[in-house]
Amino acid sequence: MRSLVLYLHMHQPFRVKHYSIFAVGHDHDYWTDKDWYAGANNERVFKKVAEKSYAPMLKLLLRCLEHFPEFKLSLSITGVWLEQAETWAPELITLLQKMTETGRVEIVGETYYHSLAFFYNREEFASEVAEHRAKIQELFGQTPRVLRNTELAYNDDVASWAEEHGYRGVLAEGWDKILGDRSPNYAYSAYGCKELKLLLRNYRRSDDIAFRFSDKRWPEWPLTVDKYLAWLYEDAERGLLTNLMMDFETFGENIWRETGIFEFFESLVERWLGDKANRFLTVSEACNIGSVQESVSMPWTVSWADAERDLTAWLGNSMQQEAISAVYELRDEVLASNDTELITDWRRLLTSDHVYYMCTKYFQDGDVHSYFSPYDSPFDAFSYFMNSLRDIKTRLAKAKPAATDIAP
Amino acid sequence: MLGWELPPHNSGGLGVACFNLSKSLAKMGAEIDFVVPYESDHDFDFMHVLSATDLDPLFQYGMGAYESDKVNAKTLGENGHYSLRDVQHEYCEFIKQYLSNNQQPDVIHAHDWLTFETAIMAKKNFGIPFVAHVHATEFDRGGENGGNPLIRQIEYEGLVWADKIVAVSQATKDMIIEKYGIPADKIDVAHNGFTTQREDNYHFDGSSYQYLEDLKKQGYTIVSTVGRFTLQKGLAHMMRAAARAISVHPKLVFLFAGDGEEKNELIRLSAELGIAKNVIFTGFIRGKQLRDIYSISDIFVMSSVSEPFGLTALEAAHHGNALVITKQSGVGEVLHSIVRYDFWDEDKLADALVNIAESPALTKILRQNVQHEYARISWDDVAQKCIQVYDEVKKHKRNIF
Repeated sequence: MRSLVLYLHMHQPFRVKHYSIFAVGHDHDYWTDKDWYAGANNERVFKKVAEKSYAPMLKLLLRCLEHFPEFKLSLSITGVWLEQAETWAPELITLLQKMTETGRVEIVGETYYHSLAFFYNREEFASEVAEHRAKIQELFGQTPRVLRNTELAYNDDVASWAEEHGYRGVLAEGWDKILGDRSPNYAYSAYGCKELKLLLRNYRRSDDIAFRFSDKRWPEWPLTVDKYLAWLYEDAERGLLTNLMMDFETFGENIWRETGIFEFFESLVERWLGDKANRFLTVSEACNIGSVQESVSMPWTVSWADAERDLTAWLGNSMQQEAISAVYELRDEVLASNDTELITDWRRLLTSDHVYYMCTKYFQDGDVHSYFSPYDSPFDAFSYFMNSLRDIKTRLAKAKPAATDIAP
Repeated sequence: MLGWELPPHNSGGLGVACFNLSKSLAKMGAEIDFVVPYESDHDFDFMHVLSATDLDPLFQYGMGAYESDKVNAKTLGENGHYSLRDVQHEYCEFIKQYLSNNQQPDVIHAHDWLTFETAIMAKKNFGIPFVAHVHATEFDRGGENGGNPLIRQIEYEGLVWADKIVAVSQATKDMIIEKYGIPADKIDVAHNGFTTQREDNYHFDGSSYQYLEDLKKQGYTIVSTVGRFTLQKGLAHMMRAAARAISVHPKLVFLFAGDGEEKNELIRLSAELGIAKNVIFTGFIRGKQLRDIYSISDIFVMSSVSEPFGLTALEAAHHGNALVITKQSGVGEVLHSIVRYDFWDEDKLADALVNIAESPALTKILRQNVQHEYARISWDDVAQKCIQVYDEVKKHKRNIF
């Protein structure tokens, strides 16, 4: 049987507002930009994406679940996304709950704050994964069995960690430099693990939709369901499953409604299930059904980003490294304060998007529009971030008057 | 090519731009007769320099090509009194003579309002296509009061008569559209290039500013700005931002290099803000002293309310400065690794200065990355653009006799 594994990722960061050095010490709200039209106005952005993507796509997915008893999918939803939805679009939570009640929607575990903590502080990573698990249990009554790390950043250590903590599988990129001739269409054993399975993103089939669907310069444009199905059938010859993994916002936000992306998706589900030799699997099912003994090792970190499949868009320049070290450095002090608001504000600064906005890697070839950012420049992003960190330090100093050095 | 100055007889960026552009054009096969309003002693192998008058080159420094209010002022020359208007008249007569002697260039390329009347004459009377190159408008030079109405009128007529206009930045193009109502499709943008040629023989030995060297050793960050002290440069905003920045990060020293009508006001303001000891006025400087300013400073600010291009920013970048530039400065359009702010946004400027001063990583990335960017800006690209423009306007050529 041919198996399709559909996995969509839902995330919105709490962007730092245009937070000036002159706000440090008296304005402790880093997240609420009073200017509605500011790029960093989180409420506006969330409501916009909710209208263009989250609401219509969730409704479509729910309809598919209701019409097709064989339709299944997996989602990862960050804690910071859930908080924003609870505040600004609670109907989305209701839709998600209706979906998970069908028993055919599996939620993937990850860090609550969409952070890169795995590479900076394992204790922090563990506590964020636990916080996320608790939130998922509270809202959806299920416990994640498959784990993903932020940006699908994976190496063999991630697998060992996941196995130790009782996970069944981990999601990673099916990158040619790792796989060589091997197909991404199996649930390989993770190197160094006994039971843990690796689900590898089939980036060709995933990016046909996520990146190329609306690209008129693509020779295959327009992508019809017939053509795409033919490719999926061809792909199914090379393994046991095809893992389609992409950002949820692909539908309606990154690729606009006008391109026909929603109709394409609905028709694809219908046509795929129209053939009795085809099915959908959730990620846990895929770990069992796609399983092979052969193991895959990723000794260095591989992500699902950019042509390089690395983390250079997050950590590639000196500003990003300085910013991320500066924020992780404060962990012990912040936690010791026992001030929940302070701890939450600090953790929101761990969200990987903040350092991503400081990326300068494409300035070299002049392709500055490749990286989306709510700020005028990476340098502004850095300044606002560092200013908010300065304020965190003043709050720490107040909590513990004599002990803290607030010097920059 | 109708110009007003060439190095070394230049008082500003106009001469440098004309020289480098002509050199690149010649390399691409253009034959150039370059006309200057003084007795030429230039000897270039890539173009002919023609002298429209027999005035001494030194003479034009006093004529106030950059100072609107001196247009009609008489200056004593060897052969009597001349005003700038007199010289422009003689310049025009010279070209009339030149064109009457069967010299028929394909295109007349005129730089700024100074030579626009001559170019209009050539187009009206001889049918020569006219390309107007705008390095600055009178609105840029004149600040908020809009400058001299006579110059605005000449500029307007030139822009209307021109077959095509080349502007040194999008900011300048926008200004031409907004202030003179010229249609956008008549204007092409060609950002000025940058050549390090003037810098090649320069070596920083720290001798000019030992006091600043000592301050740096004590952890001070040096912020500089270079230019004429006029309203257009936005220096009062910068001074207030300096005070804001110092209130958070006291180890900042500001170098204001240049001179002009605003100087006394700026000195008074620095005292009033209580930061006089953190502010140094160097007076007018050029040559090695100017290079030394760039070398010693960490951050270069271009605070202009309106700046058609802003070559000094590239010079500062070349000497390793982090750049903080207003969104109203044209040079910012071609650089990515800079901090940009609106000229009135004193808090944003102060914020940038403090963050750069306190972050080695931010300083390093701004300094290093901008190096790749300014080096890419080439005069050959400007020349290429001009040749395209020439090809377009050449078909406008007509014989009216």
